[in-house]
Amino acid sequence: MSALTVEPATCGSHNIRYERGQREVFCGLTSIVWLHRKIQDAFFLVVGSRTCAHLLQSAAGVMIFAEPRFATAVIDDRDLAGLADADDELDRVVTQLLARRPEIRLLFLVGSCPSEVIKLDLSRAAQRLSRRLSPGVRVLNYSGSGIETTFTEGEDNCLAAIVPTLPDADRDVRPNLLVVGALADVVEDQMRRLFAGMGIDKVDFLPPRRAHALPAIGPRTLFLLAQPFLAATAKALEQRGARRIPAPFPLGAEGTTQWLQAAAHAFDIGSARFAAATSAGLRRAEQAVAAIRPKLEGKRVFFFPDSQLEIPLARFLSRELGMGLREIGTPYLHRALLAEDLALLPPGSQLVEGQDVEAQLDRCRAAKPDVVVCGLGLANPLEAEGFTTKWSIELIFTPIQGYEQAGDLAELFARPLVRKTRLAA
Amino acid sequence: MKLTLWTYEGPPHVGAMRVAASLTDVHYVLHAPQGDTYADLLFTMIERTTQRPPVTYTTFQARDLGGDTAELFKDSVRSTYERFKPAAMLVGASCTAELIQDDPGGLARALGLPIPVIPLELPSYQRKENWGASETFYQLVRGLCAPRPTTRMTKVGQPTCNILGPTSLGFRHRDDVGEIRRLLESAGATVNVVAPLGASAADIARLPDADFNVVLYPETGLQAAQWLHRTFGQPFTRTVPIGLGATDAFLAEVATLTGKAVEPTAAGSRASWYARSVDSTYLTGKRVFIFGDATHAIAAARIATRELGFSVVGLGTYAREFAREVRTAAGDLGLEALITDDYLEVEAKITELQPELVLGTQMERHVAKRLGIPCAVISAPIHVQDFPARYSPQAGLEGANVIFDTWVHPLMMGLEEHLLGMFREDFEFADGARPSHLPAAPATKPIAAGPAPAARPSAPITVHWTDIAEKELQKVPFFVRGKARRNTETFAKERGLETITIETLYDAKAHFAR
Repeated sequence: MSALTVEPATCGSHNIRYERGQREVFCGLTSIVWLHRKIQDAFFLVVGSRTCAHLLQSAAGVMIFAEPRFATAVIDDRDLAGLADADDELDRVVTQLLARRPEIRLLFLVGSCPSEVIKLDLSRAAQRLSRRLSPGVRVLNYSGSGIETTFTEGEDNCLAAIVPTLPDADRDVRPNLLVVGALADVVEDQMRRLFAGMGIDKVDFLPPRRAHALPAIGPRTLFLLAQPFLAATAKALEQRGARRIPAPFPLGAEGTTQWLQAAAHAFDIGSARFAAATSAGLRRAEQAVAAIRPKLEGKRVFFFPDSQLEIPLARFLSRELGMGLREIGTPYLHRALLAEDLALLPPGSQLVEGQDVEAQLDRCRAAKPDVVVCGLGLANPLEAEGFTTKWSIELIFTPIQGYEQAGDLAELFARPLVRKTRLAA
Repeated sequence: MKLTLWTYEGPPHVGAMRVAASLTDVHYVLHAPQGDTYADLLFTMIERTTQRPPVTYTTFQARDLGGDTAELFKDSVRSTYERFKPAAMLVGASCTAELIQDDPGGLARALGLPIPVIPLELPSYQRKENWGASETFYQLVRGLCAPRPTTRMTKVGQPTCNILGPTSLGFRHRDDVGEIRRLLESAGATVNVVAPLGASAADIARLPDADFNVVLYPETGLQAAQWLHRTFGQPFTRTVPIGLGATDAFLAEVATLTGKAVEPTAAGSRASWYARSVDSTYLTGKRVFIFGDATHAIAAARIATRELGFSVVGLGTYAREFAREVRTAAGDLGLEALITDDYLEVEAKITELQPELVLGTQMERHVAKRLGIPCAVISAPIHVQDFPARYSPQAGLEGANVIFDTWVHPLMMGLEEHLLGMFREDFEFADGARPSHLPAAPATKPIAAGPAPAARPSAPITVHWTDIAEKELQKVPFFVRGKARRNTETFAKERGLETITIETLYDAKAHFAR
């Protein structure tokens, strides 16, 4: 491929390379597949092409047929030729949609590659529609286009679009904690209990489960990122005066402890109280991970870029499961947000930002890893070549954060290896 | 703009990918933004191919748009040739690249590669997947078949033919090819090339060697066959051999092309005997709704009426390119065809018609499941279940057997439920129990109790049932209950009755039992 490989650089003590070529990753629209389940009264209307509709249908678990809370306004020739007025067309489609789904309270107009290229102004459309549909339905917009976003960055743009609509917190109230990034409800509930146990009871989550349950934020808000791909959201929150608590991401026993610990420090929670609140969870997580460790220890893992979770995952696999790290590919490397995780990686780790899939496949074949973490387009062909693969998309759809999921997360990597052993037997 | 929840077809470049992935040594370079690579997973996850489709994407991003996307495309073509050394190359644009107008064909030509490079113009904002597959195959055939004098049937008595249309991600194409190849050989014809599925670029160039073409799927193969006919005088078959009657008609057509007599084969088939056996009596007049691509919908209508004794109450397709053929088939059955790619319209139609069996795509399967109607899948859009491990053709004699089983089993399960229903006073068989062949999901109302609210047809029901009449209706076996309800309501409305009593119910039964 047209590998425009930029000369190696270092990041801390790691080797980092930037690579350009064919990217084998989803676009940001794919985030809708989990976001629409998370915010239960929101609807995602992609303004795009048949390709966008087909992508969502194909990515949504190869067809889920409960009526989804997402759809595509498919642009056709009349729109491109200017025969149809874009505003009128959007109004018509939105009216049709809301008539069908009257329970919707928050509507996202989601930009796509074609809508960006023809420069459809969705932000103006969202403002106009919001005025028309107020107060029943609020209309926001963001871009999930492949020319601007990679996979999980769709969630980043979505949350960043919500931030300006969050109400102002009173200046003189106690500081509140905001946990940012879509998590499974069960994980949120666990975290809320942990924070309450250490005495932090004003905890909100973004995105909220209901569109109207928006957390208030202000200069006394401290936020913890639960996902590493939320650079734009973090920036938007900081512009509202909120401050980020730097921490590694809550994957594994160690990652979860340090993540919680960072919050505890920020809220002046004493170490005894912190230990009392977290020790039971930590013990369970360590036990669960230890049970899986013999299956993974000493095995080598190779990451193709996918969700930006690669760095914290590599840290977990290396430090808690004793796995060897080969290449760690990631679509983007936000050095500031990942500083704590990067510091915990073994020195001299090989990081690759961006992608040239053909060159990377060659390196993967040469490295002969025991487990390859990759997307659905590559998994079966690599299995057919004899590799053992872990679908990276499962790491996005499965609850993996926090103490109670640490064992599940380890098991996700062990399962393909165990399966291979069973089939050979 | 059109509001789209689910689509029956992908964009046209996905059709082109299906053709590229069918061929053994042709590579497709697609000018497309980051993210369009999702289409790879259709092949690797749904069809479970062991190789990535032979497609290279430029995956441009916003920052490339400010620079030189044309140069990026040329780099991709060049490096693709170096890496894969294909025998021929397809080049084109996806929907977004179409808007930036880089002219992939011209750019690729300028590189002067030593292989045939075939440019594809697939208008993404007008056309869809099957059209894209058809157009790609046609352009490929045009591009690779050199003009030559028509010299065929050189060896008298040894006629040869091509099988055109089967593709990667086609509905049971993999197994149909085996079945039809055997059928043609039994009819004394040798298969020259199957294309595009499994063909090489050199095989495509050999297409004109054959005496005639078999168009197995008009959606993908007809356009190329018409061109081969115009250019090389190759005749082609019109009948798609899906179903016993169609298989015999197909063989008769082949016989006229080969000049060899062929025995009809359908009479000896197992499906044919099963359909005549006494335990199939209950299939008589089953009200069936059919929706799919044109090939499979038309074939299903013929099989349903002539080979299984069903009554087709609705017939439609999402394939607008073949609307005329489907309208004709529907007209023959006294129906108006439903031509739409909006699955909500299809859902509303099924709800309105209350058929006893739905033959459709995966979309209709889910509609039928919601409505509690037995269903069998007859057509793409493709699903992982459409690539069974076993041999499972739709075409030819074995295809007819597969179809018999696939369609009759859901009904047989329904009949079992009826037998269970006879014991419903038994403590183990509560009346509200869900049919055992449907998942134990939260109970949806049975169809007879009224359509799902979201899809309720707009006509308000003005008649109402007395409690005692409603109770009596529940004694009617469930698989005719919907029909009984509808007939009674029609009967009442025609007579201006506002209330349905037991008397009305039985009056209506007598009225319709003519």
